[in-house]
Amino acid sequence: MLEPIVEALKIRKAYGRLVAVDDISFAIARGECFGILGPNGAGKTTTIRMTYGFSPLTSGVLKVFGLDVSRHARAIKARIGVCQQDNTLDPDLTIFQNMTVFARYFDIPAPLAVKRAGELLSFMSLDNRSHSRAMELSGGMVRRIVLARALINQPELLILDEPTTGLDPQSRHQVWERLDNLRRQGLSILLTTHYMEEASRLCDRIIIMDQGRILIQGKPSGLIRDQIGRDVLEITSPAPDLRAYIRLQNMAFEDLGDRLLVYGNHDDHLYRYITNRFCPEGCVMRTATLEDVFLKLTGRGLRE
Amino acid sequence: MSTGILRVWQRNLDVYRQNWKISFMPPLLEPLLYLAAFGVGLSGLIGDVPYGDRKISYLAFIAPALLAINIMNNAFFENTYSSFVRMYYQKTFDAMMATPMSVEEIITGEIVWGATKSVIATAIMMVILTFFDLIHYPAGLLLIPLAFCGGFAFGSMGMYFTGIVSHIELFNLPFFLFITPMFLFSGTFFPLEGMPPWAQALASALPLTHLVDLARGLCYGGFVKSFPLAIGYLILFSLVFYPLALIKMRRRLIK
Repeated sequence: MLEPIVEALKIRKAYGRLVAVDDISFAIARGECFGILGPNGAGKTTTIRMTYGFSPLTSGVLKVFGLDVSRHARAIKARIGVCQQDNTLDPDLTIFQNMTVFARYFDIPAPLAVKRAGELLSFMSLDNRSHSRAMELSGGMVRRIVLARALINQPELLILDEPTTGLDPQSRHQVWERLDNLRRQGLSILLTTHYMEEASRLCDRIIIMDQGRILIQGKPSGLIRDQIGRDVLEITSPAPDLRAYIRLQNMAFEDLGDRLLVYGNHDDHLYRYITNRFCPEGCVMRTATLEDVFLKLTGRGLRE
Repeated sequence: MSTGILRVWQRNLDVYRQNWKISFMPPLLEPLLYLAAFGVGLSGLIGDVPYGDRKISYLAFIAPALLAINIMNNAFFENTYSSFVRMYYQKTFDAMMATPMSVEEIITGEIVWGATKSVIATAIMMVILTFFDLIHYPAGLLLIPLAFCGGFAFGSMGMYFTGIVSHIELFNLPFFLFITPMFLFSGTFFPLEGMPPWAQALASALPLTHLVDLARGLCYGGFVKSFPLAIGYLILFSLVFYPLALIKMRRRLIK
């Protein structure tokens, strides 16, 4: 592997006695789309805030472009684009001014800023809203503008904190399409998300975090295969004799009380056998997803 | 430090220029209202006021004080309410911090902008006061740099409060506890010379007293022997509150 674009070595962030990120290590290759998944409070946002200098490390070493973030924040920030979780568009300015004023923060000369702002807004299909204000636009449009603004300095690494949270399905697909496009152009991307579909679709590699630690990392498809298998047999209101059968067969399963999930590489034979013998209704066989991996590893309790 | 301070200042100027027709009105109208109420209304009752070893009209007495009050109010308001709105509600500083700019540059840019608002207000007021022949030139031109220094001092204090208040309503406290008493008791509307010694000592602890002293001297076109003390006080005041503002805002923004 070439020199990684982001390299974290035992990075740690503690707020008093609360440890938000607990000695985690990972590396992101150039051109890769890397996802950080985890329930609320897992330490995802803190981890990426550390990569762009918002949160100083308590300990460990974090390098971006081979530069230490605690010493070269300015040089690093000149080469990255950041989409924060909150809407940080400037409501005092028009959309076009948002782009050009932001470009000025990077010392980009005005004529070049105007050119890029026009290009980026049209890439996001928003060139007709140049003179609107953020308040007048839908959530999906705002997110695309934030994304366009993060690209104004032609970053080598794009950092996205929950890029599609709160968007309707249409807007979400719009954002995914643009991110797909950028990824194909070779842009490295680091993102956090709650949406397994988003991670499966966009990410080459993911880590799943919980309580500040990395539970697992790898390719989404590989993780599904290793942790779950190909399929999941989902049985509603399982009868006691089915439970006993499954235990006897030594199959991987999860018992949720009113539902039973059986993991593995089943064939139609077993499925038909179980369906016919134990549950004429309320039995579904489906493809295993990243969500199965996520829930198996992080548990099903609420995180609040 | 790089060009960051300028970039923050330019952002605020861009916004100001969109609303300049409204932003122009208060510094234009306020002195006119005060001059009408106090100068025309009260000066008949009061007559002349002693200043040093001579007597001046009440109108000439309060005009420089109005300038000094405007310098204080513009910067302090800008770096409390306006900066807080940008920081807390609009997340403007968060967006800036994702660019090469540092917290120190952002906050300094904000304070320099607050001082710039004091300069703009002062320049507009000077036009009005000149019309009434209340400013002597060329010494009066020094009111412009004075507005910047005074604005920087009060803006730094305002930014310090922005760094520590948890809620925007809490700005009522510094306004009620500092700004209003200073407005009334800094030798603004009556001379301090006639006051008991303890009241004079109290007044000389207030930064506005020194700003009023400087503005008055410059308006009347002369150097006053209290100038070094007054300038020294304002510099010291900035040297305390500017670093404090940076420390508190860094602690607030970087977590």
